[in-house]
Amino acid sequence: MPQGDYIELHRKRHGYRLDHFERKRKKEARVVHERSAFAKRVLGIKGKMFAKKRYAEKALMKKTIAMHEESSSRRKVDDKVHDGAIPAYLLDRDTTTRAKVLSNTIKQKRKEKAGKWDVPLPKVRPVAEVEMFRVIRSGKRKCEHLNVVPLLIVEMVSSTAKQWKRMVTKVTFVGPGFTRKPPKYERFIRPTGLRFTKAHVTHPELKCTFNLEIIGIKKNPNGPMYTSLGVVTKGTIIEVNVSELGLVTPAGKVVWGKYAQVTNNPENDGCINAVLLV
Amino acid sequence: MEVMDVEREVSNNNSVMCLLTDPEGEPLGAPLYLPQNVGPPQLQEIVNKLLNNVEKMPYAFYISDQELVVQLSSYLQKNKVSVEKVLRIVYQPQALFRIRPVNRCSATIAGHTEAVLSVSFSPDGRHLASGSGDTTVRLWDLGTQTPMFTCSGHKNWVLCISWSPDGQHLVSGSKAGEILSWDPQTGKQSGSPFLGHKKWITGISWEPVHLQAPCRRFVSSSKDGDARVWDISLRKCVICLSGHTLAVTCVKWGGDGMIYTGSQDCTIKVWETTQGKLIRELKGHGHWVNSLALSTEYVLRTGAFDHTRKAYSSPAEMKEAALARYNKMKGNASERLVSGSDDFTMFLWEPASSKHPKARLTGHQQLVNHVYFSPDGQWLASASFDKSVKLWNGITGKFIASFRGHVGPVYQISWSADSRLLLSGSKDSTLKVWDIRTHKLKQDLPGHADEVFSVDWSPDGEKVASGGKDRVLKLWMN
Repeated sequence: MPQGDYIELHRKRHGYRLDHFERKRKKEARVVHERSAFAKRVLGIKGKMFAKKRYAEKALMKKTIAMHEESSSRRKVDDKVHDGAIPAYLLDRDTTTRAKVLSNTIKQKRKEKAGKWDVPLPKVRPVAEVEMFRVIRSGKRKCEHLNVVPLLIVEMVSSTAKQWKRMVTKVTFVGPGFTRKPPKYERFIRPTGLRFTKAHVTHPELKCTFNLEIIGIKKNPNGPMYTSLGVVTKGTIIEVNVSELGLVTPAGKVVWGKYAQVTNNPENDGCINAVLLV
Repeated sequence: MEVMDVEREVSNNNSVMCLLTDPEGEPLGAPLYLPQNVGPPQLQEIVNKLLNNVEKMPYAFYISDQELVVQLSSYLQKNKVSVEKVLRIVYQPQALFRIRPVNRCSATIAGHTEAVLSVSFSPDGRHLASGSGDTTVRLWDLGTQTPMFTCSGHKNWVLCISWSPDGQHLVSGSKAGEILSWDPQTGKQSGSPFLGHKKWITGISWEPVHLQAPCRRFVSSSKDGDARVWDISLRKCVICLSGHTLAVTCVKWGGDGMIYTGSQDCTIKVWETTQGKLIRELKGHGHWVNSLALSTEYVLRTGAFDHTRKAYSSPAEMKEAALARYNKMKGNASERLVSGSDDFTMFLWEPASSKHPKARLTGHQQLVNHVYFSPDGQWLASASFDKSVKLWNGITGKFIASFRGHVGPVYQISWSADSRLLLSGSKDSTLKVWDIRTHKLKQDLPGHADEVFSVDWSPDGEKVASGGKDRVLKLWMN
């Protein structure tokens, strides 16, 4: 039989010791003193951990006492005057707070003029050209005629295919009026599988994300060539259509385009995540 | 007769048989033969003659709810109406005076240290008061467009303010459930606070001056579910109207002496004012009732004052003049009540006759926040969180037009005194003036830096006041 069960068995047969309950009560009363002696005596990390736990218990006890005391004194009205006054018809409704965009449009215009950008990701990892493009071979391969040529004149001509075409391996944005150049002349191929029209744009203050259409690519930090190609990598500044957010300038005009910076690697995730520049 | 018949057959497109009827459907005189080159000005002359009007009154003409602006011939051609049947033309009297639309902000007055929650012009149009989240009520001087008095005394945000229809008292209700009354001439509190409500005040409405002059009683509604009638001379609560199970969102004192309360428990209760008994309960809405509007509301609010700007010497004179105005406005029909609700619809009721709604007004895609009858009672406008303002026929409840232009929820609306222009203030910080005749945007008033919480058009039509979250009060003029 397991060790503890002998005690239980004895208790079942003969009942408790005559002084059992009194001893138990007194031992439990002594626990408080033992705990405080331990708290005073203990050293090092053990002491720190114990002290932290003890403080948490003390704070909890104080809170429960305060809570119990509160219910005994009733107050009719909440006396504090809160900020963010709203009229009576909005009082029972929970509305999302709207960040003020208005003064920032002026700041943004000034910064645009100066060419400086205060962006969330100021530095990005540079993308090398070999990573960005893949070489596409075109043209007839000369080695196909090898069996025709007599064995004496074996010109091991390596497949000198033309290698001037490049395929973009990153996500791109092409505008709605985009048509490909004739295949003979197009140097850069942008595959349709990697073309996106929408981006998931997060408003930094409201902390909510909208699925907005991209209007265009403003700047790719890797170079002006990528900007003109429409390549979207991490850190690219894109312009998105924000008409559904309902923003208005001080002059009363409705804002419908704003800049956002891409925050993920779209070619890895399959979507473009960006943060709105306000 | 034969000659006339021949004439009709021969020159088929020269004259048409018309019957002029008033808005309630009663015909004015016998059907007339009118030549087809007749337009609204000629029709106006005919109506003036038939009604024996001493002064020429302007009228607007409607054929099957569409306004007639061109000559009869072009109308008949466009709509291919047969000339064999009698053509019914409804004439509607229009206001004698014409209000010019406001188009510029004449003053931006700072003063409040927190958002402005409500603005209201006094019934004679001479004083302007605003209540704000900084617990003060401020009175503004309209002549110099500067602050005049600051009335402090409230313990929490001032949610509603209301002028008595004789212009002698101003009362304001706060989030702490107390109501204070102020003297508009000195800006000081005129007595002790009215305590009794346990939660915040959602609306205040005065007893019409044609029922009792000088004005003594007003009713206030609160979140705690009851409405209380207070007497300003006795300075205490005389009747407590309890019965609603949830917050009472709006209260209106009708011209026939009944009090209407709309509540979050989806019902509207009609009370009588001598003993505070419940007369009727109007059920039908599926969600909170947000706003109530009465067809005679504008006349009740302005009391005896109208565009002639006459000053009255004694309360009895004021009572008579107000009664005359009220009767003229009401006509033969009973008062109509419209309620706007969170269930995206509105109901048109005639509470004096039945407890079933007369019409259900659907069309909004978001909750209806504010409904307001035009001063002449012909139109009804509703502002909704779906960024549109809709115009309805005030008598039948038929939908007329939708005004789109705002990019944020529309919070409050206000009519000009001649019922030709409608003003709306929205969360997108702009105010817009809409023309009722053309159903189009008349004027866009940007300028506020943040949400616009409250708008009011002065009863003399000259100024518009608006206040919002940006803490300034803007006055707009022509």
